[in-house]
Amino acid sequence: MTVAIRVVPCLDVDAGRVVKGVNFENLRDAGDPVELARRYDAESADEVTFLDVSASTDGRATTLEIVSRTAEQVFVPLTVGGGVRSAEDVDALLRAGADKVGVNTAAIARPELIAEIAARFGSQVLVLSVDARRTREGVTTPSGFEVTTHGGRRGTGLDALEWVRRAEELGVGEVLLNSIDADGTTSGFDLEMIARVRSEVSVPLIASGGAGTVEHFVDAARAGADALLAASVFHFGALSVGEVKAALREADFPVR
Amino acid sequence: MSTHRVVVLDYGSGNVRSAVRALERVGAAVELTADPEAALAADGLVVPGVGAFASVMEGLRSVGAPRLIDLRLAGGRPVLGICVGLQVMFTRGEEHGAPAEGLDQWEGVVERLDAPVVPHMGWSTVEPPENSALFAGIERERFYFVHSYAARSAPDFVDVTWSQHGPTRFVAAAENGPLRATQFHPEKSGDAGAELLRNWLGTL
Repeated sequence: MTVAIRVVPCLDVDAGRVVKGVNFENLRDAGDPVELARRYDAESADEVTFLDVSASTDGRATTLEIVSRTAEQVFVPLTVGGGVRSAEDVDALLRAGADKVGVNTAAIARPELIAEIAARFGSQVLVLSVDARRTREGVTTPSGFEVTTHGGRRGTGLDALEWVRRAEELGVGEVLLNSIDADGTTSGFDLEMIARVRSEVSVPLIASGGAGTVEHFVDAARAGADALLAASVFHFGALSVGEVKAALREADFPVR
Repeated sequence: MSTHRVVVLDYGSGNVRSAVRALERVGAAVELTADPEAALAADGLVVPGVGAFASVMEGLRSVGAPRLIDLRLAGGRPVLGICVGLQVMFTRGEEHGAPAEGLDQWEGVVERLDAPVVPHMGWSTVEPPENSALFAGIERERFYFVHSYAARSAPDFVDVTWSQHGPTRFVAAAENGPLRATQFHPEKSGDAGAELLRNWLGTL
């Protein structure tokens, strides 16, 4: 009767196209986020996440249209993050068909945004996306983990554990924790960071960054993650959602 | 068999289009409206609900839904509540320490889940009763939940499908003649959710 560990493919979308590499066989148009989302749905992904990395307003408008088209065809939850700056942005995404919306940089600049969104739409729609790394270059934080912005290129000096705790108080319903140190390495999730954040908050925790093998997903679940997010290992076909779930099941974690 | 006409009640609640699409996917003719005549005339009425209990009740009252639902049930006409649309069928909700009155179709209180991780977010199994119309053929499937509050009991005359989060057992679905409701989101529960909606259409 325990809730299943969720396996969540993530698609980076820029002006309506999937960026970062995608290398599926038998896919007519590998850069089409709608088609990829359908494919992951068919592979029993428990949710699908879009990260809007568009730099322009036009690009963001296109993302709304992509969300709308995806929601027409995908019958598992859809989370959309990237560039969300206001309650109006959240409203537009929910109306387009998103089930959950991620906030990141704008909430760091103005934490009250979290409370505003939670009050208007409920905590269940709101995911705090955190890009965190181990402190470096003379920076110290109480936990040794620091929140970054700009895809990990800029440190904020903000303690990652204090930030997620504050965000929970303000009303986020879930935390998406991305390890900047592990991201792209395919050498495994940052298990210490997952465990530390898990013990800090009681909202569900999605772990992201570093997945390379099925064992990595199992390790992250053991460290306390409620959901496991990955991009390139799925896009390049190195692993399928089904293989990850089989390994989790083998390790006695409940999966769908 | 003719196509079932379903109204999804439109009263300003979050993402209702997914409920419309999921019902269309299983063959219903769906209208998203708050028009009382359409809501009364439809073969089935879906009451979606996202957000806080009190704000959902406010939205329902603003379109006269409490009376619409009473009138349908008095005539034995099916109603399906989803998520907070299940919760408001109970006597009251206790969100954020502030009690809010529900529709009181079923005596009971909606309270915060007592579990290490809240909200309960994700895919869980359920325990339907024998001969449940909604869960026929999908008794062992998982369904997608996202909620922090739940009903922990229901009157004896209601057929309850139970689920559990942490130590808390709660009402995952309830069936009472024409009034049925699910705490989870069938419209987001993939093929199992589609099958449940198909089962519901079969009761219309």
